[in-house]
Amino acid sequence: MKKPKTELTTEQKIKRRNFISFTVFGAYAAVAYGGWRWLYKSPDETAGVTAGAHNPLRRALNKTELFFKRLAFNENHLVKTYPREMAANKIRHNSDIGSEGKLPPENWKLQVKKANGEILQITLDELMKLPKTEITYDFKCVEGWDQISHWEGVSFRDFIKHYNLDAEAKMGYVGLETPDKQYYVGIDMPSAIHPQTLLAYQMNDELLNGQHGQPLRLIIPVKYGIKNLKRIGTIVFSNTRPRDYWAEQGYDYYSGL
Amino acid sequence: MKVIKEKHPLVMRWTHWVNFPILTIMIWSGMLIYWANDEYSITLFGHTYVRFFPDWYYQWLHIPQRLAEGMAFHFLFMWFFALNGFFYVLYTIISGEWRQLVPNRHSFKEAWLVMLHDLHIRKTAPPQNKYNAAQRIAYTAIIIMGFGSLITGLAIYKPVQFNWLCWLCGGYHLARIWHFVLTIGYVLFFLVHVVQVILAGWNNFRSVISGFEVVNEQPKPVTESNNEDEKA
Repeated sequence: MKKPKTELTTEQKIKRRNFISFTVFGAYAAVAYGGWRWLYKSPDETAGVTAGAHNPLRRALNKTELFFKRLAFNENHLVKTYPREMAANKIRHNSDIGSEGKLPPENWKLQVKKANGEILQITLDELMKLPKTEITYDFKCVEGWDQISHWEGVSFRDFIKHYNLDAEAKMGYVGLETPDKQYYVGIDMPSAIHPQTLLAYQMNDELLNGQHGQPLRLIIPVKYGIKNLKRIGTIVFSNTRPRDYWAEQGYDYYSGL
Repeated sequence: MKVIKEKHPLVMRWTHWVNFPILTIMIWSGMLIYWANDEYSITLFGHTYVRFFPDWYYQWLHIPQRLAEGMAFHFLFMWFFALNGFFYVLYTIISGEWRQLVPNRHSFKEAWLVMLHDLHIRKTAPPQNKYNAAQRIAYTAIIIMGFGSLITGLAIYKPVQFNWLCWLCGGYHLARIWHFVLTIGYVLFFLVHVVQVILAGWNNFRSVISGFEVVNEQPKPVTESNNEDEKA
């Protein structure tokens, strides 16, 4: 089986193609492994409004959330609501950082910092005189559980309107903190003024109790539970992202549903 | 006489090997997420047969307390998983490879015969092209499963903005269950796949890296009858 010099035998062709393929495959495997090690060992982001995530992963989280926010977020996308009787009687309690124990309502006032520096001091009675909004929806925890629960309070939209906070509502974010500043969340404005966002003071037919953020908590159905701050002390508005408890622990800042 | 027989095109080899580490990372990061609410088990008549997952398993793989990290990895690699999958499907459609892959009307009956043959119950396997009937079903099912993971994943990820997807999956709970079951499906697929690859041998394995198989062809007589098929 003599062949012209330039043509390879089948055996040679097999060897040659195997060599090339396996070299490329080996190189690919090495690059993939190296890339993975690089990512896995990449340094954490510089602690700021967000912290605790690998730097490249934080960038990816922010970009991904921005993508879905622009693609999908729409204030007309309402959270599914359920009949009142489907709501759980015993509402699951996970954590009460910043809202432990009972706070006598007479010692509490909601402080709202306006753009002009003025601070509104609002009592629970005043809030309870505003139009009441109810919602029975499926509360979703970032851990993966969910529970249908019933809440009553003032819709954030009504709150903005009543206290003439229209200028503030044009800003980018709302920041909420517990009175002791132990727990705090930042909410992007479109989610805050979503029609189903509530400043809730009642669950089922009772005023909130100590475990669920009495006297006033945030119920924001378009976000995971970690953003539903219990026991609101202060509300501020800003164009930069306010600090956020769980975003400082590696969670996504947006945490939208 | 040894002959080179082309088998897997370059794109299919690449997408296969790109998918492997990505899917591994997705399953691992998915477990980091699932751990935070690990409520699934196989329970029949009050007896729990399998719990997903036992403590020794979590400890062994260092799963606990890594929810945030799991989400960060999961929501990055989901892009690569989706893009690689779309690219593969697009390629099989454009190149016509799908004809080798999608089951035809004989496949379901033949797959049964293939299985009997693989289990050494039946001596002969039905004639096949590039893939046998069982492979056609498996390799098409795995693509549908991948698509299912994307849909159920999106339904859990943005249940409000994509509430129609959530509805399509039968609600938030069911979407999460499907997402989990599909993952178990990948693991089972992987186990069978690896066993089959080992049994099929080196020539077959190599073709997924270098693209060809080496076959021994008998020099054929010049006058050849054309009912070769019956001998296959």
